Amino acid sequence: MQAETIRPLKFGLHRFAAPPEFYRVAGQLIPWFAVAAALLAAFGLYLGFFVAPTDFQQGEVYRIIFIHVPTAWMAMFIYIVMAFWAGFGMAFNTRMSSMWACAMAPTGALMAFLALCTGALWGRPAWGTYWSWDARMTSTLILFFLYVGFIALHGAIDDPRKADRAAGVLALVGVVNVPIIYFSVQWWNSLHQGASISLTRAPTMAITMLEAMFVMMGAFWMYSIAASLARARAILLERESRSSWVQAMVS
Amino acid sequence: MHWGSWHDFWAMGGSGWFVWGAYGLVALALATEMLLIRVRVKRARETVRRTSTWLNRGSE
Amino acid sequence: MIRTLLAAAHRDLLLGLRQRSDVANVLLFFVIVVTMVPLGVGPDKDLLRMIAPGVVWVAALLASILSLGRLFALDYADGTLEQIMLSGQPLSLAVLGKIVAHWLITGAPLTALSVVLALMFDMALVPGVTLVASLLLGTPCLSLIGAVGAALTLGLRGGGVLITLLVLPLYVPVLIFGAGAVDASAGGLSPASHLMLLGGLTLAAGALAPWAITAALRVSVE
Repeated sequence: MQAETIRPLKFGLHRFAAPPEFYRVAGQLIPWFAVAAALLAAFGLYLGFFVAPTDFQQGEVYRIIFIHVPTAWMAMFIYIVMAFWAGFGMAFNTRMSSMWACAMAPTGALMAFLALCTGALWGRPAWGTYWSWDARMTSTLILFFLYVGFIALHGAIDDPRKADRAAGVLALVGVVNVPIIYFSVQWWNSLHQGASISLTRAPTMAITMLEAMFVMMGAFWMYSIAASLARARAILLERESRSSWVQAMVS
Repeated sequence: MHWGSWHDFWAMGGSGWFVWGAYGLVALALATEMLLIRVRVKRARETVRRTSTWLNRGSE
Repeated sequence: MIRTLLAAAHRDLLLGLRQRSDVANVLLFFVIVVTMVPLGVGPDKDLLRMIAPGVVWVAALLASILSLGRLFALDYADGTLEQIMLSGQPLSLAVLGKIVAHWLITGAPLTALSVVLALMFDMALVPGVTLVASLLLGTPCLSLIGAVGAALTLGLRGGGVLITLLVLPLYVPVLIFGAGAVDASAGGLSPASHLMLLGGLTLAAGALAPWAITAALRVSVE
C-alpha cells in the first residue's frame, strides 16, 4: 500500500487519515460514544415520559416524537456528512474518507427507515392514517431511496476504490438535489391539500417536551457515531486484509 | 410524574400499542444493527486470519 | 469548441436513426404503459382526465430511463467512448452533444406523442397544450439527469434496474413541476410558475450535469 505522507492538521485530525491510526483511535472512542448514547437516552426517556406533560391535543401518543424527530433529523444529517466525506475522498484521493462515508450509509438508511415507521405509528392514532403523503415524510422516503442507491451502486462495483469514487459522485449529486427535492415536495403537498387540514402540525411544544427531544437527538447522534466507527473498523479489516499492519495486528 | 399507575403508563391513553410498538421497533432495530456490525467485524477478522495463513504458507 | 458538440450530436443522431428499432421501442413502451393505466383503473372519463398528467409524466420518466441504456453503453462497449475521452476534446461538450441527440430521438418524440395521449384521456385544449409544453421543458432535464445515472452505471451488472433506482429519486422535482403545471391549468389556474420552475431546473441541469457526467465517466472508464 502506498506510504501516506500526511500533513499535520489542526486538532491532530490527520491521525485519522491513516488506516492503522483510525482503527486504533476508533476502537478507543467507540465505548465513550456508546456510553454517552446510553446515558443521554436514559435521561431523555426519563424527561420524555416522566417530566413532559400530556399534550392538550394529542394526549399521550405524541411521545413518539422523542424517537421520530431524532431519527428523521439524523437521517438527513448523516446523508450530508456522508456526502461531504465521499466527496472529500474523491477530491483528495484519501481512502479513509470514502470508507468512513460507506460506514455511515447503512446507519443513515436505518434512521430514515425508522423515521418512516415511527411516523406511521404516530400518524394512525393521531391523525387517522398510517401514511399521509405529507411533505416531510415523503421527502424522508425519497431520502431513503437515495441512501439505498448509494449503497447499491457501491455494492455493484467490484473495485473498492472505483466504487468509492462512483458513489462519491452520486452522493454529491444527491446532496445538491436534496433541498430541491424537499422544496418541490413541499410545493406539491401544499397544492394538493384540498379540504384536509395540515396533517403534520406537531403539537405546540412545552419546554420540557423540547428538552426531552433535544436530549434524545443527542443520544441518537452519539449512537450513530459509535455505530459508524464500529462499521468503519469492519470495512477497514475487509479492505486492507492483506496489508502488513492488519496482518500484524491479528496474528 | 403524572402516571396514576403502571397500567396508565403502559396504556398511554389508549395508544399503548402504537407508542410502545414504535419504541420497541427502534430498540430492536438498533440492537440488530449493533449485532450485525459485531458479526461483520468478527467475519472480517477471520478473513484476515485466513489470508494470513495463506500468505505465510507461501513463504515456507 | 462548438464543433465538438455538433459532431457528437450528429454522430449519435445518425446512429440512433440507423437503429430505429431501439428508438421505436422506447416510444412504444411509453404508449403501452399509459394504455395500461385505464385498463387498471377503469374507463371513468372524469377520473382519467384527473390522473392523466401524472400518468403521462410517470410514463415519460420510465421511458426516459429505459432509453438511457444506449446513451453511453454502446460507445463504451466498442471502445469509442475511451477514444472520445482521450481525444483531447472537451469531454463535457461531447457529452452535451450526445445528450442533445438523445433528447432529439427520445424526449422530442415523447413530447409529440403526448398530444395523442392527451386526446386519449379526453383532456381539454389548454391542459393538453400545457402537457406538451411541460414535457418539452422537462424532458431535456430528464435526459441530463439520466445521463449522470447512465455514466455511473456503465458496464455494471444489473445495470437497468440500478439506473432506475439511482435516477428516479432525482427525477422527483421534474415530475412534480411537470405534472403540477398540467394540473394547475386543468384547474383553471396559470401554469406559468410551474413551467418557469421546470425551465429553471432544466437550465440548472444543463449547467451542472455535464460536470457530474464527466466525473462519473472518468470513474467508470479507466
